[in-house]
Amino acid sequence: MSVLDIARPATDYVAPQKTVAAAAIDARISEIHYGKFLAVRDTNIAIEKNKITGFIGPSGCGKSTVLRSLNRMNDLIPSFRLEGQVQFLGQDIYARNIDPVVVRRHIGMVFQQPNPFSMSIFENVAFGLRLNRYKGDYKQRVEYALRRAGLWDEVKDKLKENGLALSGGQQQRLCIARAIATEPTVLLMDEPCSALDPIATRIIEELMLDLKKDYTVAIVTHNMQQAMRVADTTAFFSVDISRGGRTGFLCEAGDTEQIFHDPKQDLTKRYISGEFS
Amino acid sequence: MVAVMTELPGTPDLRHSLGDRRALRNTVLTVLLWVVAVGAAVPLVSVLYMLITRGGARLGTALFTQLPPAGLEMGGGFGNAVVGTLVIVALATLISVPFGILGGVFLGFVAPESKLADATRFIAKVLTGFPSILAGVFVYASLVLWMGTYSALAGGVALAVLMLPTIMLTSEQSIRMVPQRMKDAAFGMGCTETQAMLRVVLPTATPGILTGVMLAVAGAAGNSAPLLFTALFSNYWISSLGEPTASLAILIYNFSGMPFPNQIELAWAASLVLVLIVLAFNVLSRLISARRV
Ligand SMILES: Nc1ncnc2c1ncn2[C@@H]1O[C@H](COP(=O)(O)OP(=O)(O)O)[C@@H](O)[C@H]1O
Ligand SMILES: [Mg+2]
Repeated sequence: MSVLDIARPATDYVAPQKTVAAAAIDARISEIHYGKFLAVRDTNIAIEKNKITGFIGPSGCGKSTVLRSLNRMNDLIPSFRLEGQVQFLGQDIYARNIDPVVVRRHIGMVFQQPNPFSMSIFENVAFGLRLNRYKGDYKQRVEYALRRAGLWDEVKDKLKENGLALSGGQQQRLCIARAIATEPTVLLMDEPCSALDPIATRIIEELMLDLKKDYTVAIVTHNMQQAMRVADTTAFFSVDISRGGRTGFLCEAGDTEQIFHDPKQDLTKRYISGEFS
Repeated sequence: MVAVMTELPGTPDLRHSLGDRRALRNTVLTVLLWVVAVGAAVPLVSVLYMLITRGGARLGTALFTQLPPAGLEMGGGFGNAVVGTLVIVALATLISVPFGILGGVFLGFVAPESKLADATRFIAKVLTGFPSILAGVFVYASLVLWMGTYSALAGGVALAVLMLPTIMLTSEQSIRMVPQRMKDAAFGMGCTETQAMLRVVLPTATPGILTGVMLAVAGAAGNSAPLLFTALFSNYWISSLGEPTASLAILIYNFSGMPFPNQIELAWAASLVLVLIVLAFNVLSRLISARRV
């Protein structure tokens, strides 16, 4: 990408095709490199529609790397290289003719650190609408997104105030509102509660459970209780240090119930019993 | 509870004491710093005091509506020089701000690590310490000789040359201060690089950029050396950008050396007006940067 990639016309904004498959994203990743470093290998995972998929595993096992590969956020890292396919509603988002910028408009992202823009609360939520040259009623869409994010009552009288003036938990909900205002198909969340206190964490967990009615969510969490509380499907990642490197891979994925109560893999069993973290 | 604790044997003495060497050293240093700070303020305050008493004596509307007096003439003002200064500084701002900000965008966002950026940054840093008279000589040799006349335009270009590095470097700084996670958020929302720049990075950096612009303006407005060879001076009101133009800085330079008390008084008054203009820009930049959250 370069500065000369002037804003693409909004007509690029294709409505996602309806497919019969229950998976919104079907990733078949054989390898992810950062330069020469093999960060992730052999990770095949499906993110099912209207469900919450939790990614758990020890730190450094590539959960963020895999998550960020699902909407091509990693393209911003020059040394990043992926081998494999990531199907989003039937299209391989790593195919040559795919524009990563457009992919990110359909697959939204909420980051570990709340990162509202230094602009008013209203403009934060309206940001994606303006980006997509939305023609409808902004006030209504902003209010709807803020309501979905459970933030409306707290901010409805100060929509003109800067988003950075909110508390951490409120900022994170503002980021969620910002992400869902454009109605993305999938919402990726990378440890969205790790910078928040337990009360703010519970609010966001409730919010996720509410959101899955309309969206598909994938969430990285360092907290196994959180995965148990919110995830329908859980993917356990592990690290392979056998060949001198530190390569992450998907060890086991399945129903959250099954992963936590009847893990098939020995590594999963040891991880959830707290033997290592 | 508290009362009981203080009565316990071995309670440490927490009161101030000058007997302790650490406390003594602390006090001596504090006093020394105050003395130095006051000492530094004395010349600043006395310059301001002289400006206000000697320049303030002539302050009035005539200064802004009348033209400079000749020789032994009494009265008069420097209205043309006030207008000239504002025009030249406005020209300089119009030229240097777009180039400066775009340069800052390149240095801070587009290719901060490139060789071109390293070279540009180095040259800009050298240029901030560049003797301002050289900017005048440079524009004289390039623009004045080519146009065949001194002009407000040439003066504006000369001041722009001086302002450019400051604006570019402060813009770069403010752009770099925009947190990476805000840029990540912009890309995560589906911004192209251009959109991330225009919609997130520049608006966030604007207060800092404006502060840099105001500082550059304030620095340029009071500079006489670059105008000597470029705008020169004129005893008349400005009628086009292509002719010699009066400015406060040159008027002060000319009149302060004259053997006539009236002109010397006017030079003082012009200094006060110039300081007030510069001060106004500084206050404005403070106000703008204070709006940052
Ligand atoms: N931008 C990057 N450049 C190089 N290596 C990276 C980068 N980001 C992550 N890594 C490496 O990839 C591995 C996986 O990291 P990450 O996906 O952040 O793990 P997790 O989120 O599970 O803690 C780690 O060894 C990390 O050092
Ligand atoms: Mg991570």
